[in-house]
Amino acid sequence: MLRIKDLQAGIEGKQILKGINLEIGAGEVHAIMGPNGSGKSTLASVLAGRPEYEVTGGSVTFNGKDLLEFSPEARAGEGLFLAFQYPVEIPGLSTTNFIKTAVNEVRKYRGQQELDAVSFLKVMKEKMKLMEMDQALLTRALNEGFSGGEKKRNEIFQMAMLEPKLAVLDETDSGLDIDAIRIVSDGVNKFRSKDNAVLAITHYQRLLDYIVPDFVHVLYNGRIVKSGSKELALELEERGYDFIKNEIKEEAAA
Amino acid sequence: MNMDLIRDRMLAFKHNEDGVGFSKIRSEAIDLFEQVGIPTSRNEEWKYTRLGGLFQSPFTFPEMSMEVIEYSANYLPGHDTANIIVFVDGVYSSVQSKVTSKGLQIMSLEEGHKKYPSFVEAHLGDSQRYIQDGIIALNTALIHGGVFIFAEKGKLIDKPLYIYHLVGCQRNNMLSQPRSLVHIAPGAQLQIVETYVSIGQKESLTNEVMEVIVEEGALFDYVKIQHDAVHANHLGTTYIRQIGKSVVHTVNLTFQGKLVRNNIQIIMEAMHSEAYLYGLYVQDDKMHVDNHTVVDNRVPNCYSNELYKGVLTGHSTGVFNGKIFVREDAQKINAFQSNKNILLSETATINTKPQLEIYADDVKCSHGCTVGRLDEEGLFYLQSRGVSEGVAKALMLHSFMMDVLEQIKDVELREYIDQLIVNKLHLS
Ligand SMILES: Nc1ncnc2c1ncn2[C@@H]1O[C@H](COP(=O)(O)OP(=O)(O)OP(=O)(O)O)[C@@H](O)[C@H]1O
Ligand SMILES: [Mg+2]
Repeated sequence: MLRIKDLQAGIEGKQILKGINLEIGAGEVHAIMGPNGSGKSTLASVLAGRPEYEVTGGSVTFNGKDLLEFSPEARAGEGLFLAFQYPVEIPGLSTTNFIKTAVNEVRKYRGQQELDAVSFLKVMKEKMKLMEMDQALLTRALNEGFSGGEKKRNEIFQMAMLEPKLAVLDETDSGLDIDAIRIVSDGVNKFRSKDNAVLAITHYQRLLDYIVPDFVHVLYNGRIVKSGSKELALELEERGYDFIKNEIKEEAAA
Repeated sequence: MNMDLIRDRMLAFKHNEDGVGFSKIRSEAIDLFEQVGIPTSRNEEWKYTRLGGLFQSPFTFPEMSMEVIEYSANYLPGHDTANIIVFVDGVYSSVQSKVTSKGLQIMSLEEGHKKYPSFVEAHLGDSQRYIQDGIIALNTALIHGGVFIFAEKGKLIDKPLYIYHLVGCQRNNMLSQPRSLVHIAPGAQLQIVETYVSIGQKESLTNEVMEVIVEEGALFDYVKIQHDAVHANHLGTTYIRQIGKSVVHTVNLTFQGKLVRNNIQIIMEAMHSEAYLYGLYVQDDKMHVDNHTVVDNRVPNCYSNELYKGVLTGHSTGVFNGKIFVREDAQKINAFQSNKNILLSETATINTKPQLEIYADDVKCSHGCTVGRLDEEGLFYLQSRGVSEGVAKALMLHSFMMDVLEQIKDVELREYIDQLIVNKLHLS
């Protein structure tokens, strides 16, 4: 589904991704872990098409198409969804109106009929229940004054509404209490199917107890330096990143 | 040579007794006009708005016309049941006006003077006595065809009063100068909504003066909608005196026009009065929009809150000047002011200037202004959800304006204005 080849990218002339290789197949869950500043959010942003980032080399194909050629909105239409590490507050924009616009823009892109007000509300109610979202939140301005947990839940709620093929979750678990992690994970797991994939960026094993990954990758200094099964996450939790850093030093020395 | 035409017209008016009883105030205005003339950019009040160009070519002056003009395309929502005043080329057209609410009286200024001589004599021309301004003097020197509006004591006027200003721009450079005097008696409540409609393709100049006297316990709600033709120039002064403890709420919207200057002056003369001033300007091409506001606190314990927002693109230029005066001994004043702007192009400019003059020591005043670009983070966030760039921009701009739009309390009117903005932003 997603094929990243030797991806290099940076911002303001500073290179951050230094050759990423990653393949994600339909039905798979991948986790990316790594120390602060290693480039995890940068990878997510480049995939989603954030304009400040410049791709300087490599390629990304998504379902056989050149992802990097698409505008951010077309990437969403193609089925990519990014749950932001820091969701943006937009005062004055009603959450419901925004989601309705987004859903219909995406449906238009996919050649589906736009939802009328009634069917939209029906779908929304369903997904809200799934995310145990308070209806009052949706009548408020987008993310404005939402608590950290409410913002993250709103991200997954939007994911559920937009029905993507690949969901990239950038630290969706940070700042969530244990109940919220369970709810958010439930949301993600309900979304999982043999046709969909998840790329979860996280610092903590506890999310991966709920969203069990097929593969775990360690991103360090702009490169994926180690990949493994879900046990790798446990090992990282126990031993920290130092053992990986040491391995890299040894390799460099050899 | 245009100025000669204006002077001839003024002199003719000086001796013209149609406007019975107004010869004194006209002569005062003529003298003032002779003294100060058309404001130039040397005048601090007009530094960024140059009027010279408007007075180059000869004006056409309006006739007293009984012509009935079709303007149904510009009806505001609820037109059929609303109270209506129509001005044609700045002259009150009684045949096209109507009153549907009990407690509201509308008549020509001359009739108003006959019926309520002491009130009219006391207050007509208040604005000219407040600020020595050539533009107000020009309107006053040629007072005729004005209107007197009276909300009777204790009457809550149930329907809004819509004032339509129709200007025939088939002829060259029409100078239209609407004049109105509004009396809101103690305990009365009135909403006025003004809008402007140019018919024809020629350039025009409207120079309007509205004077409003708000008495004890009264409420004055004012919405001014400027979305007239691109070739229409507009100078407007709304001068409001709160002579009794009262509430004034104004929303000034400018979406279209060539050169637009809005003066809103609120004089707070009674303790515990409240004044709310909101404004929105959306400008493109070469539009020039200048909002000048005054909140003059003359007595203690008043509250005012002001928020003006602008979106500018193309080569448009904007001006915001907000004055807050707190006179000596006007203690315990709360006065807030904010002006926020988004520039969408490199070539659009805004001059924004808060001006606080405070002569009392126990007051709470704040002001702030911002000039920025559209928030890129927000834009990307919306786009990443599949919303196309154009729609995302429009949603962002719309959300930026929301807190001003929400100040229009009538839902239908708000939706109408919302639609004007949506059209303007090409969002639909
Ligand atoms: N706008 C920017 N200008 C310059 N450097 C930037 C910018 N944005 C990010 N960086 C740098 O790029 C590097 C990678 O940042 P990124 O946000 O991708 O890290 P991360 O792995 O997501 O970290 P965290 O775990 O803290 O979220 C960091 O060194 C960061 O300082
Ligand atoms: Mg990050």
